[in-house]
Amino acid sequence: MTTHTLSVLVENKPGILARVAGLFARRGFNIDSLAVGETEHPEVSRMTIVVNAEDSPLEQVTKQLNKLVQVLKIVELDSTASVQRELLLVKVRAERPVRSQVLETVNLFRARVVDVSPDALTIEATGTSEKLDALLRDLEPFGIKEMVQSGVVAIGRGSRSITTGPALRAAS
Amino acid sequence: MTRPTPEVLAHRAHPTAPATGSTPADKTDKSEKAVDKKPELLTGAQVLVRSLEELGADVVFGIPGGAILPAYDPLFDSERVRHILVRHEQGAGHAATGYAQATGKVGVCMATSGPGATNLVTPIADAYMDSVAMVAITGQVASASIGTDAFQEADIAGITLPITKHNYLVKSGEELPRVLAEAFHLASTGRPGPVLVDIPKDVLQKQTTFKWPPTLDLPGYHPTLHPHGKQIREAARLIAAAKRPVLYVGGGVIKAQASEVLRKLAELTGAPVVTTLMARGAFPDSHPQHMGMPGMHGTVGAVYALQKSDLLITLGARFDDRVTGDLNTFAPNAQIIHADIDPAEIGKNRVADVPIVGDAKHVIEELIGAVTTEYAAGHKASITDWWATLDDIRGRYPLGYEEPSDGTLAPQYVIERIGKLVGPDAIYTAGVGQHQMWAAQFVQYEHPATWLNSGGLGTMGYAVPAAMGAKVGRPDKVVWAIDGDGCFQMTNQELATCALEGIPIKVAVINNGNLGMVRQWQTLFYDQRYSNTELGTHKHRIPDFVKLADALGCVGLRCETKQDVDATIEAAMKVTDQPVVIDFVVGKDAMVWPMVAAGTSNDEIMFARGVAPKFDKDDV
Ligand SMILES: Cc1ncc(C[n+]2csc(CCOP(=O)(O)OP(=O)(O)O)c2C)c(N)n1
Ligand SMILES: [Mg+2]
Repeated sequence: MTTHTLSVLVENKPGILARVAGLFARRGFNIDSLAVGETEHPEVSRMTIVVNAEDSPLEQVTKQLNKLVQVLKIVELDSTASVQRELLLVKVRAERPVRSQVLETVNLFRARVVDVSPDALTIEATGTSEKLDALLRDLEPFGIKEMVQSGVVAIGRGSRSITTGPALRAAS
Repeated sequence: MTRPTPEVLAHRAHPTAPATGSTPADKTDKSEKAVDKKPELLTGAQVLVRSLEELGADVVFGIPGGAILPAYDPLFDSERVRHILVRHEQGAGHAATGYAQATGKVGVCMATSGPGATNLVTPIADAYMDSVAMVAITGQVASASIGTDAFQEADIAGITLPITKHNYLVKSGEELPRVLAEAFHLASTGRPGPVLVDIPKDVLQKQTTFKWPPTLDLPGYHPTLHPHGKQIREAARLIAAAKRPVLYVGGGVIKAQASEVLRKLAELTGAPVVTTLMARGAFPDSHPQHMGMPGMHGTVGAVYALQKSDLLITLGARFDDRVTGDLNTFAPNAQIIHADIDPAEIGKNRVADVPIVGDAKHVIEELIGAVTTEYAAGHKASITDWWATLDDIRGRYPLGYEEPSDGTLAPQYVIERIGKLVGPDAIYTAGVGQHQMWAAQFVQYEHPATWLNSGGLGTMGYAVPAAMGAKVGRPDKVVWAIDGDGCFQMTNQELATCALEGIPIKVAVINNGNLGMVRQWQTLFYDQRYSNTELGTHKHRIPDFVKLADALGCVGLRCETKQDVDATIEAAMKVTDQPVVIDFVVGKDAMVWPMVAAGTSNDEIMFARGVAPKFDKDDV
């Protein structure tokens, strides 16, 4: 099984998330991550879906997705030809004696402290899953009190855009 | 013979009303209205009815109830939409399906919220599996009550998400014309399928503006109708080179109304043709190139042809498990040309060497041109040896049946005689079970859209309401439902609808006293342990189908012997103003043969019980 990142452009209409998620669930796929947001066209939303699947079942699911009336376009983003990022917010135990060590780790990963309390720091970091995993590994010894991660968002490298084309023009 | 009382007859709403069809006259009427683009102030319910009129929906099958009630008021006045009051919403759904399959138009059904809507789930799923153009309109609780577990609330849009091509929960009256026009468009174009439109009661009640025609807003919907020239040329090259080609024809050919061009392609190539359960009638059974139906209960010749083929020319078929048997051993030496309007079907079950996305009619037309070019260039492999083998196989293993040894009436004989006496111009529907397979095997189909059945979902109870819908859509046609005693007990209440609405269908109940198909599996795979398959329709004559027919306002007939079969069918044919039910009491032990047991290879097809056909010596 390999990890695939799909960018799915959809009409920004109620119910579309349930349609897309249901399609994966019905076919026994486990979605690793899913992020939805608006695009430069307000009528168009973009979903970034990361799934672990063999190629041929994935092709079948992609074709089924394409059949959803409100799906406009699907592009699989190659990890080397795209920029892929997720956002991490993590609350780490950081009492006086270790606080500077925690801050050193934060700097090393070019993360940011976004909230401070006497015994804990909340850190914000963006990056690839690998980078965020490494950061978490280094923060682990201090004691992670709570964490939350966004789904992956991804965009292709270079000047070409996937949000152009007849379907998109018609939708926007 | 029993007849309904004069009182019942007098109560019929439309004793001789021919079903409405869209005549040229109301077409002009429509276009005149279409020109008039000034918005009018109407209620949502009036907008619904007006939109249905503009969309050419001449018939709606349904049952009113609280949430949909506002719609029934303007419907009462509509001169262009005939509403047929059914007895169960499942009947409305299958009737819409039967209507759509018989006419090629969109079938429409209507129900109230909650239980009315959930009763439509089975026919919606059925239409989804068999790709039937259906629009289901449901009432919903008022917008403000949605999500509160209000009386008769059911999230029907959520429930039908995986069994509709698309569905809508309407938010306002203004969007109703567009939503309905989109629903009809989606249902009937591309790969057809059911579309559900759920309308909250307040949307039906409130005033809104009506403007026709609306603009469709479907930016993500672009079915591909015309195939790629390159793919067509590649397919033609393979066809010209194939030594053992087979035209594997599915229901898509009927949906695309491509029977005539199919015949041309078949005669051009000389290739054998097999027609799946959904495609019976797409190619004439009498044609010498027709090898019959493939699949679990297909002919030995058709199954053999697929297994030994070197090229399957697949047209609007989907490699269903009931056709392929064990996929790993299906047609092991065949290259695959797979043409379908739905790209997701291609490569789903079997990898295609030449995938072609397009409407079957366009695909076949273009194939004819490309194959002609190949032949003109002198490319044409001989298929003489192939035909010699196939002729030998079909000569040795024709479709047939044995007379029951206990002297009972053979169900196959009954069905064969119906086919012979009624002829190929009638429309036949079937339930699900042994009688369905015999009806697919022993009636000779010559024309498309004359055989309607529930193929994909296998829905018991399909026959009677589907026949009702077909007869409403094609009042000029004789319509026979070939039903089982089990299936008939699921939906026979629609005969009351038929009797009152003047829909004179014929129902042949193939009464074997049992859930016969299930019993057949118990005979073969469960040591003859007949758990819960005996229906009591023989032993106790409960129900008595003749009395039941009488109670439902139909003519009831019974036939128990071979000698009476023809006379009974003829008596039924003479009744043209009332539905007729015939109780054919047949033997309980007859089995459907040939058979490929579920999950096994097509190579293991059994010609009859304990009789495997001998292929080895003629293996190519
Ligand atoms: C709604 C539904 N329930 C159960 C089944 C399973 N099933 C398939 S065939 C069959 C028996 C049908 O009996 P009958 O109508 O008498 O037809 P026969 O096989 O005897 O000709 C059953 C129960 C089904 N297909 N559909
Ligand atoms: Mg039976």
